[in-house]
Amino acid sequence: MKSTTKYALPFAALIGAGVAMAAGADLGQADKQATNWTAIAMFAIFVAFTLWITKWAAAKTKSAADFYTGGGGITGFQNGLAIAGDYMSAASFLGISAAVMASGFDGLIFSIGFLVGWPIVTFLLAERLRNLGKFTFADVAAFRFAQTPVRVFAASGTLVVVAFYLIAQMVGAGQLIKLLFGLEYMYAVVIVGVLMMVYVLFGGMTATTWVQIIKAIMLLAGASFMAGAVLWHFGFSPEAMFAKAVEIKTGLAVTAGKTPEEAAKAGFSIMGPGGFVKDPISAISFGMALMFGTAGLPHILMRFFTVPNAKEARKSVLWATTWIGYFYILTFIIGFGAIVFVLTNPSFLDAKGALLGGNNMAAVHLANAVGGNVFLGFISAVAFATILAVVAGLTLSGASAVSHDLYGTVIKKGKADSAAELRVSKITTICLGVVAVVLGIAFEKQNIAFMVSLAFAIAASANFPVLLMSVLWKGCTTRGAVIGGFLGLISSVALTVVSPAVWEATLGNPKGSAWFPYTSPALFSMTIGFVGIWLFSILDNSKRGDQDRAGFAAQQVRSETGIGASGASGH
Amino acid sequence: MEDELAKRIASHPKYQELKAKRTSFGWWLTIGMLVVYYGFILLVAFNKPLLATRIGSGVMTLGMPIGLGVIVFTVIITAIYVRRANSEFDKLSDEITKAVLK
Repeated sequence: MKSTTKYALPFAALIGAGVAMAAGADLGQADKQATNWTAIAMFAIFVAFTLWITKWAAAKTKSAADFYTGGGGITGFQNGLAIAGDYMSAASFLGISAAVMASGFDGLIFSIGFLVGWPIVTFLLAERLRNLGKFTFADVAAFRFAQTPVRVFAASGTLVVVAFYLIAQMVGAGQLIKLLFGLEYMYAVVIVGVLMMVYVLFGGMTATTWVQIIKAIMLLAGASFMAGAVLWHFGFSPEAMFAKAVEIKTGLAVTAGKTPEEAAKAGFSIMGPGGFVKDPISAISFGMALMFGTAGLPHILMRFFTVPNAKEARKSVLWATTWIGYFYILTFIIGFGAIVFVLTNPSFLDAKGALLGGNNMAAVHLANAVGGNVFLGFISAVAFATILAVVAGLTLSGASAVSHDLYGTVIKKGKADSAAELRVSKITTICLGVVAVVLGIAFEKQNIAFMVSLAFAIAASANFPVLLMSVLWKGCTTRGAVIGGFLGLISSVALTVVSPAVWEATLGNPKGSAWFPYTSPALFSMTIGFVGIWLFSILDNSKRGDQDRAGFAAQQVRSETGIGASGASGH
Repeated sequence: MEDELAKRIASHPKYQELKAKRTSFGWWLTIGMLVVYYGFILLVAFNKPLLATRIGSGVMTLGMPIGLGVIVFTVIITAIYVRRANSEFDKLSDEITKAVLK
């Protein structure tokens, strides 16, 4: 640790720009730690096991349908775990527990935001997606529309979201490997890039799903053990845990030179909302990005096509919501556990009383405190495996958008044979892998705190409105969907660029010079997207528009009943 | 799907029933979720002291059960929908399929 500013960076990313880190892997800059051989060995075991699964999956991945959806034969329970795995990233584990350690209740506000999109997905989209689509969400969005323009839009929406999410994950992997394994940044980016290509190239959706399931089980088991150990220490009394945490925070404030009254106030502040929500508009806008972004993330939407029918699709979201909700309760307890066991233990702190390796190490140090060195290795390996699994899922959805939507439907007009489509998917996977590694290296020193929240904002402002309107509104036409969708996409990107997180923090313009003052663009860009779709649909007098409206009745019947939907083996 | 078949399904009374029930149920639950979540966010934005009010004699605040309650509510409301859809709605769906595809 060279200076205290090193700590300030990840901390600022957590609390200030906050938002981003919870879903993706923005862990800020990290310092390299001593090489941790236990963690590396555990990770090697995970890799060996997942490669063995990939070999098994490769034997089953023969057609494009196997590649995209694992043949559609995954059960609701398995898919629920895989969705939860896609969603519980390394940063939601390390980042939220660190945020709870730093500011208590505010950490809970993040996690709630990430959870509440799931019921919306369930009520409005899950089964309709399954009944209408085959491989990608564009199948659904373009169901009754002119294929070429809508597919081009959907593929753009997918690739932009995937790109920002991927960069955040790659940079997060690089920072994590320095922290957890004590290896160079570069190693992480290359290891993640190569392994992810192997999983996706050879094992397609089957391997990606199983990697995700294994990781989700490991993460849930590890987090359960930690939270259980913390609660056990307090005789399973949350009151006792909170009281001790308040006492410790008060003590730390006294040490920092505060008067007893101020210190008591500072200590108690972890029990209620603090500075995270500044103005109501930011709060609502950010809440909308999280809530509706979840319903527009292409790698999540794609998972609904891996189950055989609508019933299993619903079961999978219920399982996913249950596991994710449970996981966020665990991270909350882990954060409070870190206050009690990590902030008071000099072996985890430097001379100035800050956490070794930065605040994001809260959960990792706690693992050491409650489970010793071997468990520390296990948790480190799980955290890294998490990034790997998420990256594989993202790459698969990007590759599907290129091969199925652009190549199969736009270029070959739906007449591409399965082998050719599969070949294009594989070439795209390699390209995406190489691009991810290059961007991961290029963005090493950049402040990328905005990237995951940007991915959510784009998903909420472009993908979600088009999907929802095409499925539920009779009057929606090709022209409306494409223009409105692109308006949502462009406005969310543009408003993010001129927001403080990018304009000031990343581009280095002076403080207060950002044109757009709020944390998230979603409130505005989502409105632009929806109004755009509505306006350009009602103004659409073309023949194509009439055809689009006429196609709604048949689409609705299929989306509600599933009659005519592609079955598990009927792809 | 042929338009003929779609028309036959669309005019089937059971389909009308399914569509009406599911649409209203789905939207009511959606509104419920929006009210709970944005209610929580507005409380955080406008009335921080309320959430930081102590309940009982210890350090426990009102915000803790409310926050955890939103998480539990989210899971339960999802379960309520899935339970009804997987029994009642799917049964209606099957009846429609049987009636029109025979």
